[in-house]
Amino acid sequence: MDAIDRQGLRTDPRPAQLGVDDLPVLARGCAVMGAGGGGDPLIGVLMAREAILESGPVRLVDLDDLPDDGLVMPCGLVGAPTVAIEKLERGTEGVRLAEEVRTLTGREVVAIMPFEIGGSNGLIPLTWAARLGLPYVDADGMGRAFPTMPQMTMNIAGVSSDPCIIADERLNTLVIRAASVGWTERLLRSAAAAFGGAAVAAIFLMDVATARRATVRDSVSRALRLGAAITRAESDPVGAIVAELDATVLTTGKVVEVTRETSGGFVRGSAVIEEAGTGALLRLEIQNENLAAVRDGEVRASVPDIITVLDSATGEVVVTERLRYGRRVSVIAFACDPIWRTQAGLQVAGPAAFGYDFPFAPVAPHRPGAVTEVRR
Amino acid sequence: MIAALDLRLGIDVGSTNTDAVVVDRDDRVLVKAKTPTSVDVTRGIAAAIELVIAELGDQRGRITHAMLGTTHAMNAVIERRDLRRVAVLRIGGPATRAVPPLATWPGDLRDAVVAGATVVDGGIELDGSEIAPLDLDAAARFFDALAGRTDAVAITSVFSSVSDRHELAAGELARAIFGEVPVSLSHEIGTIGLLERENATVFNAALGGLAEHVADAFGAALGTHGLDPAKYIAQNDGTLMAFEHALSYPVLTMGCGPANSLRGAARLSGADDALVADVGGTSTEIGPIVGGFPCESDEVVGVAGVRTNFRMPSLVTMPLGGGTIVGNGDGAVTLGPASVGYRLEDETLVFGGATATLTDAAVADGRIELGDHPLPRERCRLLIAALRRSDELLAEAVDRAKIARSEPLLVVVGGAGFLVPDDLAGVSEVRRPEHHEVANAIGAAIAQVGGQVERIVHPGVIGRRAALETVYEEARSRAVRAGADPDRTQIVEVEEVPLAYLTDPAVRIRVKAVGPLALT
Repeated sequence: MDAIDRQGLRTDPRPAQLGVDDLPVLARGCAVMGAGGGGDPLIGVLMAREAILESGPVRLVDLDDLPDDGLVMPCGLVGAPTVAIEKLERGTEGVRLAEEVRTLTGREVVAIMPFEIGGSNGLIPLTWAARLGLPYVDADGMGRAFPTMPQMTMNIAGVSSDPCIIADERLNTLVIRAASVGWTERLLRSAAAAFGGAAVAAIFLMDVATARRATVRDSVSRALRLGAAITRAESDPVGAIVAELDATVLTTGKVVEVTRETSGGFVRGSAVIEEAGTGALLRLEIQNENLAAVRDGEVRASVPDIITVLDSATGEVVVTERLRYGRRVSVIAFACDPIWRTQAGLQVAGPAAFGYDFPFAPVAPHRPGAVTEVRR
Repeated sequence: MIAALDLRLGIDVGSTNTDAVVVDRDDRVLVKAKTPTSVDVTRGIAAAIELVIAELGDQRGRITHAMLGTTHAMNAVIERRDLRRVAVLRIGGPATRAVPPLATWPGDLRDAVVAGATVVDGGIELDGSEIAPLDLDAAARFFDALAGRTDAVAITSVFSSVSDRHELAAGELARAIFGEVPVSLSHEIGTIGLLERENATVFNAALGGLAEHVADAFGAALGTHGLDPAKYIAQNDGTLMAFEHALSYPVLTMGCGPANSLRGAARLSGADDALVADVGGTSTEIGPIVGGFPCESDEVVGVAGVRTNFRMPSLVTMPLGGGTIVGNGDGAVTLGPASVGYRLEDETLVFGGATATLTDAAVADGRIELGDHPLPRERCRLLIAALRRSDELLAEAVDRAKIARSEPLLVVVGGAGFLVPDDLAGVSEVRRPEHHEVANAIGAAIAQVGGQVERIVHPGVIGRRAALETVYEEARSRAVRAGADPDRTQIVEVEEVPLAYLTDPAVRIRVKAVGPLALT
């Protein structure tokens, strides 16, 4: 694929296709973009691997290379990642989703798009793209991981959540035609619970022209680049991640305290990290994902920006469930897609949307000329 | 079982040495021995027994209990030998087919172990209902096709930690078709995470024959000395299982070395809570002991390139030991990671060799007197600098091994324990107990019998207390089946982890019950 963007700035080339060897690399990037949640990408690697071994590599395409009126299907897993690592999928659920989309709309899906790049959902839809013989769109609906459906850029851009299709491994299929995205979310949760705690869904169906303005562009190749940088880094993987993302290092030290409780279907808690050398304390607020980082009573980073905890030595992502005393970690934060920093974006995905009363505290803003802004 | 407890024989088969000790009722070491581990593990065991029995003399008849800890099963997997042919049944269809059984196994290991593998409909949902009715007909067809080619069966159902009923039904079917074939059920082996638990269950089935072989050899070696004590096998978590019981659960014992070492060291130093550092020739392992038991790691355990999730002690390992080579790169001191290893007495400076090692550094600093060659004065500055760097790395590893902020006691064992300074940062005291070189065998000899259970429960349905109580009861009964005294079996560990992103709260509960050896 071409490596020149519209302003003539050189960007990293997008690979033409995704094969078995790309999967672990993509998984590393998706993990970092998962903000401590989003489920274990490994399960996505294994699923996609089987599908690609059977059906061949998947083309990775930019939305500019698809016809304006083509139908894009954003999709992924909904529900509990803990269920997904135990009750693995059948592998053809996404094929069922695409069939149902055809029945409902009378149109063929031209490309599969992950609705969430962070965590396992950056990889799981690749399984279906392989089995359907369709390309994978180099974009997603979050640029990170979030817990709910309204927290997708397509929602902010005004794409309708009607219809939303949900299916399980028995190929039980339910079409949700809700009055609002809030109701879609509510009905989707109940359906996922009835299906056993996890299921797959397609939502925010749109044509390519709409997708070009309603999604986070280049997020698959961004995850791939990030994964490649980590893979290449020999001595300083954390440094490689920070450089690749232009991230802020909030602290480097050790976890000295972790508390957790389950309330309202979410695991809430906090972790305290003591900085090496200074002894300064950073508190992480957690609800499935890392939501805020507080130091000396001051919010240093918060949703919708992405806060990720990395193992200081290996650069591996430490997901929220695995935070525990003594772990040597670096806490990094990096800028979310600009759409999340708008008033509409903050309303659905800012601190207030997660029940906090502090205002959004952005980390280093996007550099002018950074790829996502240039493309808009 | 026998009527009284007198002397206990503990054997630990390590990768290099096989150690044996005999302890009395107060856990005092009466005799100890060390022999090289033989290629055929059983000869090393016999040799070690021979040595301690000879030293024990007339007292040998007082041995009432014998405990064996061995990690030879790990080697069997790595070398693909002595493995049973396993029929691998997964119950989870139509779910789970996206990743077939054994998908990530190296081809040659798969060829060595697997008689056949399939997925049949069935399995459990998180709420206890069925994914689909269990397809016993399909399971029967699968088993029938493998009759005559199968030595063991491994059965894994989705969410068997919620309900084991599909695994139990398929297990009965396997016995009906194959006869007295050993059947491994995943809910007795591993934790949540279908693929890792399935892999561990297949290993368990494959290793049954080897376990029987070693058990027979152990019994025979004791028999040649006229002994027939009650026999136990050490588990990965630092507890024991009665022999007959252990034969069914080899993967629960294949990584018992670290737990034995940690527990033995702690007991030798008289502490129930401590950090233990085992400093060898090439590496150092540090792990915490809490309430007399090692802490369990939640990391995935790789065995011969296959991910499993059976429980192992939490350990910090670093490539630093007595043989670690000291270098001088660009004026800065470098430590390893290369080591002269077992050639220490040929290659290191104080023994007249040409390679500077951390052992030389410890001699230069006066921490130990060793060897017969004086150190060249011009190298002493580098050696001292190397030892300072080693002290820093040890202090950091010790801190990483802690489970909470504290200054614990550090118990040092292993051949190169002299590398650890008495004033190491971050610990309250450094203890170097007598008999530390046979800490593993002591750990096996002093252990109690234990059982662990892991379940997913819905506290919303029956209440948290009632939910916990059912799991407690199951853990107690498992410990008793493993040979613990029912009247004195206690719950020693409870871990509760809420599962994320669920609307109906579910909690993963792990309970460990431990009791003294049952006497009749």
